[in-house]
Amino acid sequence: MQPEEVQPVQLLTPEGKLAENEVYSPFIAELGAEQLRELYRYMAMERRLDAEATSLQRQGQLALWAPALGQEAAQVGTIAAIKPSDMVFPTYREHAMALYRGISPEELLTMFRATRHTGWDPRKHNFHIYTLVLAAQTLHAAGWAMGINQDLRLGSLSRDRAEDEIVVACIGDGATSQGDAHESMVFAASYELPLLYFIQNNHWAISVPTRTQSRSPLVNRATGYGFEGVRVDGNDVLASYAVAAKLSAEIRAGAGPKLIESVTYRMGAHTTADDPTKYRSSEEEQLWKGRDPIARYQTWLRAAGHADEGFFAEVDAEYKDLAADMRRSVLAMESIDLERVFDTVYSEPHRQVETEKAWLKDYEAGFAEEQTEAGTAG
Amino acid sequence: MSAIKEMVMAKAITAALRDELAADEKTLLIGEDIGALGGVFRVTEGLQAEFGTHRVIDSPLAESGIVGTSIGMAMRGYRPVAEIQFDGFVFPAFNQITTQLAKMHNRTDGRVKVPVTIRLPYGGHIGSIEHHSESPEALFAHTAGLRIVAPSNPQDAYWMTRQAIVSDDPVIILEPKRRYWLKGKVDLENPAPDAFRAQVIREGTDATIATYGPLVPVALAAAEAARAEDRSIEVVDIRSISPLDDETIARSAAKTQRLIVAHEAPTFGGIGGEIAARVAERAHHRLLSPVLRVGGFHMPYPPSSQEHRYLPDIDRMLEAVDRSFSYQRSA
Repeated sequence: MQPEEVQPVQLLTPEGKLAENEVYSPFIAELGAEQLRELYRYMAMERRLDAEATSLQRQGQLALWAPALGQEAAQVGTIAAIKPSDMVFPTYREHAMALYRGISPEELLTMFRATRHTGWDPRKHNFHIYTLVLAAQTLHAAGWAMGINQDLRLGSLSRDRAEDEIVVACIGDGATSQGDAHESMVFAASYELPLLYFIQNNHWAISVPTRTQSRSPLVNRATGYGFEGVRVDGNDVLASYAVAAKLSAEIRAGAGPKLIESVTYRMGAHTTADDPTKYRSSEEEQLWKGRDPIARYQTWLRAAGHADEGFFAEVDAEYKDLAADMRRSVLAMESIDLERVFDTVYSEPHRQVETEKAWLKDYEAGFAEEQTEAGTAG
Repeated sequence: MSAIKEMVMAKAITAALRDELAADEKTLLIGEDIGALGGVFRVTEGLQAEFGTHRVIDSPLAESGIVGTSIGMAMRGYRPVAEIQFDGFVFPAFNQITTQLAKMHNRTDGRVKVPVTIRLPYGGHIGSIEHHSESPEALFAHTAGLRIVAPSNPQDAYWMTRQAIVSDDPVIILEPKRRYWLKGKVDLENPAPDAFRAQVIREGTDATIATYGPLVPVALAAAEAARAEDRSIEVVDIRSISPLDDETIARSAAKTQRLIVAHEAPTFGGIGGEIAARVAERAHHRLLSPVLRVGGFHMPYPPSSQEHRYLPDIDRMLEAVDRSFSYQRSA
């Protein structure tokens, strides 16, 4: 049986021309020139950060980097369409989304420099920490959404949080094969949770193609769970925005969970630890280069008169600075103290942790004494 | 009216759940069949009728989902109490428990608390089929970030459950299912001692048996039987496996100079070995014989028609006591 082809929603062609869509175009019409430029700004910021982080890793300054090169439109369009009060549960590749939520490049890179497990406060940004165990976060998202329903029932949603809060669960095409993704969608459907699944299908789970995860477009999975899914061109920031805006509005209105399959492409490696030339063709990479999300959006912004050369030059200059600042801050990062790691294993005192912490302190103090004695003797 | 009531352990846990549900509207129960059915052991019986389907949540049949969504609810300020139906079925949730629940507070540098309680009916001697009688405590105790307790009587079951729910850390309660019908007095006003401490429950002078959960009544019976041979056995109820109260256990061992540790789980790589090592470090010079272990064998839990030979009983404990006395210090 041939998999059924589902045409992704597209509002902007690879050539940068606007395509009318009866359902989705109206959502773009509500965006002013300033907001349209803002979308570009975050896409460009992520691309600059990505290039710089990749080079920092090559120089041995980061332990690992997971590039999001090519996925800028999918991420920026989607996060721009939801509210700041909506909790996002990311994978480890949602850099553009993180930047959009005000997480600094330095905070973002902390984990990859391995000085701390995370660099930001999830509640401050309504953006959970990165999760490396695939699909685990989709269940946390479902639980968070169950909490929203509990809050609504108790009438305890606090005043500073919108009553129509939703949750976004990010997941990649590879992770859809994980059992937790399935269980999350079952819970979401059963309890009619205000949950938006955002699958970024970037075509490759390290070296394994999407067709090994699913013989039918991933969007079709939603139907099996009993909710709606929409396939969108993830390299089209306008379509990404419009689809997320429409679905999130429906979820807020009480429609239950929805799913987006954002068809995009990871232009770089899975992480700096792999080599894509070993598992995919240069023809494929060239094909997707022709669909670059930033180039196409830039063409349209310019043609539509929403941004001029001055704007693009200003963005370039700003991110040149960002790159330099980022490099400085990465090199200056201070590691968490192991004492602090002891202190956060548990919330409340735990005998074995306390004993081991005290032992380490004594042990290391012994070396300090030796050094002092050696110093005195010398 | 007296606040001391006679009840079986299962109903003591029900009472604890009811009292915490009533005390805090953020406390929720979630698990398979816990609603209308009241759980396969009827521990949650009547609670859904009393508190509603939103507080006592019948979940889809998915253990990873039960624990994973509990983590999400806990992040948002709720106190979910998740029931896993049987010990052997905790493994589909093993990933969520060990890589997520145990580590979330640490990974977020202490910013996110996940006060999830996992109720795990565990252990053998109920004559069931495979996957219904296991003792996986060592696998969880080895994972930093989790607390693990095992009550052995109704009073502890009531108070340890309440203390687990109000703890800001994730707690796994190992409920010894063969003791669900064990009767005892529960003082509903005066808490049992700290859930995370061991307790000397029978004084003795000649040897100590330290154990927890289902084997505590077995140890008490063994101590009683040893009295006939003029041996005075002290019994320590370990109660908390993580944190482990090695001080109390070592103090008793130093006093009686002989220690036997018993559990249903296989001895190889088990909690007994950890206790033996810790007591040896603390009280080696006070011991007249090595710390001995009594436990399950290095095999998957056998078909229950053979569990009477697999599980430690009074005789196996007494054999270990004899062995302990047979050691002679060489000059």
